Amino acid sequence: MTAALVLGALLAVACVALVAVPFLREPDARREQDLLGEPGPAGRRRLELAEERDRALAALKELEFDHRTGKVSDEDYAVLVGPLRRQAADVLRALDRGTETTSELASGRNL
Amino acid sequence: MPELGRAALVVCLGLSLYAVLAGGLAAHERRRRLAKSAQNALIAAFGAAAIASAVLLVALLRHDFSLSYVSAHTSRKLPAIYTVSAFWGGQEGSLLLWLLVLTGYSAAAVLLDRHAGRELLAWVVPVLGVVATFFSLLLVAVASPFATHPAPADGLGLNPSLQNPYMVAHPPMLYLGYVGLTIPFAFAMGALLSRRADERWIVATRRWTLAAWAFLGVGQLLGAHWAYVEVGWGGYYAWDPVENAALMPWLAATAFLHSVMVQEKKGMLKVWNMVLVVLAFCLSLFGTFLTRSGVVNSIHSFTQSSIGPWFLGFICFVTAASLVLVLSQRSLLHGTTSIESTISREATFLYNNLLLVALTLTILWGVTYPILREALTGESVSVGRGWYDFFLRAFGLPLLLLMGIGPLIAWRRASIKGLRRTFLWPAACAAVAGGALLAVGAGSSIPGLVAYTFSAFVIGSIVLEFARGTRARRALSGGSWTAAFSELIARNRRRYGGYVVHAAVVLLAVGVAGSSAYQTVRETETKPLQPGQSLEAAGYRFTYRGLTQRDAGNHSELRAFFDVYRGETYLGRQEPGRNFYFREQQPSTEMAIATDWLRGQDRDLILEGTHGNAVFVKVLVKPLVNLIWLAGVVFVLGAVVALWPDAREERRLAERYGRAEALAEA
Repeated sequence: MTAALVLGALLAVACVALVAVPFLREPDARREQDLLGEPGPAGRRRLELAEERDRALAALKELEFDHRTGKVSDEDYAVLVGPLRRQAADVLRALDRGTETTSELASGRNL
Repeated sequence: MPELGRAALVVCLGLSLYAVLAGGLAAHERRRRLAKSAQNALIAAFGAAAIASAVLLVALLRHDFSLSYVSAHTSRKLPAIYTVSAFWGGQEGSLLLWLLVLTGYSAAAVLLDRHAGRELLAWVVPVLGVVATFFSLLLVAVASPFATHPAPADGLGLNPSLQNPYMVAHPPMLYLGYVGLTIPFAFAMGALLSRRADERWIVATRRWTLAAWAFLGVGQLLGAHWAYVEVGWGGYYAWDPVENAALMPWLAATAFLHSVMVQEKKGMLKVWNMVLVVLAFCLSLFGTFLTRSGVVNSIHSFTQSSIGPWFLGFICFVTAASLVLVLSQRSLLHGTTSIESTISREATFLYNNLLLVALTLTILWGVTYPILREALTGESVSVGRGWYDFFLRAFGLPLLLLMGIGPLIAWRRASIKGLRRTFLWPAACAAVAGGALLAVGAGSSIPGLVAYTFSAFVIGSIVLEFARGTRARRALSGGSWTAAFSELIARNRRRYGGYVVHAAVVLLAVGVAGSSAYQTVRETETKPLQPGQSLEAAGYRFTYRGLTQRDAGNHSELRAFFDVYRGETYLGRQEPGRNFYFREQQPSTEMAIATDWLRGQDRDLILEGTHGNAVFVKVLVKPLVNLIWLAGVVFVLGAVVALWPDAREERRLAERYGRAEALAEA
């Protein structure tokens, strides 16, 4: 009984210590240092564009492969490839513009 | 040391509650250290649950009958392996296993998915904490495995039907599946709570969902095999409510695994995917509720208990809260594209989803209707096999066909002319198979014939996909056929792993159709078999030789000897019988199964009763039943291929999200 209680108390202390580790490691962190990093509107937009870019590129790659395997006929390929290429190019352009804007914003903030 | 077990559970409850409150506050206030502290609380909760589990395991192995749970589910003569499996043989132990697996998954998700984004993870932690708090609370306040009483000299033993090797593996597998669905649910809710419109939650939970789904699938097949060899009726699935309880979340998760690909490829079906994640998780809770509450009379409901209202309340809370959250954040879930053609891959995925969800809801209605009817009117009714079989054919056969059609159609759109060429070989396979089956007399069962024909179509399309893909890959990269085949799979593991899983489903369909639509059943009716007399079935002759009784550890065994012949050829001896378990004071039927590999069928003998030295027996000849178990092996292979890490994909995702993190830090 006593041994079990001692072990239980040790378990509780160990758990509390683990939970307290972030505060023990940085006891004096200021409010601004203690914030969760969160992408701003530009960062979120960039992430969405990156997802769209990957989606468009993967779709193009898959279309090419399906065409090679014969799953997509020449006629279907001709209809599908143009819009996909345009979509990929649009996203890449938007991503480039976004990156420039974000870099400018970041450098402006650093100044 | 029950005190240590109890203390560990109280600590686990405290830590889970802390993860909810501190985690929620940290996510809301965006406080980094507090969020990390809440994550650590989940990791510590796993440690506490592991200690509680270790205490129970030690008590079981030491036959500490002062614990009510140990004395109620084990006895001194119970073999060691079943003493260990008694951990999940009763309600309290099962709930502890749920908590252990849940906190284990949570700790792993927190540790492995740190790249998922701090903001998202911060909201995931309190959601996981809510579920862990519920189960900890049940174990502390309602169904403690550490309740004590004056120790009896021996325990009551374990239900005989649970004393089977499959019962050692089946429940943990199911729990790994049920509980694993908490992770995609928590990430989906975390994404909504953090108001993130991106797909990071999907990327973070791909493997968790696939793993949980695979465990659930394997768990069900193990359960089916257990029913086949142990329950003693010659079947493997009886549409029992508790069997259905495991099937429903698996079907919902199957729908999600398909529709989430549409979201990843086309940015569509975002609300639908959220609803499917919620449905799969709520059904996994419902499954645990059905198994553990004793609300239905079933061979699986080993207990009548007081946890039912708690579970019902929690399921209602989770369903309502998550649906309110999905609806309130639906502005984040607008699709970026729409379906361009009704003949496209995404359209077939949508049809597949509609059929899977329709089948799930049909089964759900079949399970809940008798419960609701009894609760409202006091009248006891049951939904029979006919209901389920009808809807399995109505929704399952088109699903089987879609499994063959989907891979042949490209994303976005396909022309009829293109389709004609693509469908040629699989359709020819189906036509040849159907014709050949008709010629050999398989037309006696129309659903069986249709299932076989569709299966041939699916296999044709899978083989075609692999063959064309390998040829195209070889044309692109050169090298050997083997290298091209390996590269084909390595470059798209999810797709080709998925095709292997489709092949497993075909094996399952063929096995189920063969063993149910074309099985032969013979039994002695009013007159028992005397020694020397025979019973014939499907070309086999079963000659009864006599009875014997013997002791075997914790039970006695009654066996009837049958010599089996085909024509004049002696095939061997089969010994159906019954066991009687001394401590448990319960009998169990032991079916004798022999496989005729040449003809691809099982001969099952069931001893139904004795009359002096004469016996009443039932014989079942089940064609192709072993394909169902083979399907399990192929299923695991496909799941492993799909789950295998893809370094190229990892690099691409690291680049995508790494840059986003860098911008967040800036």
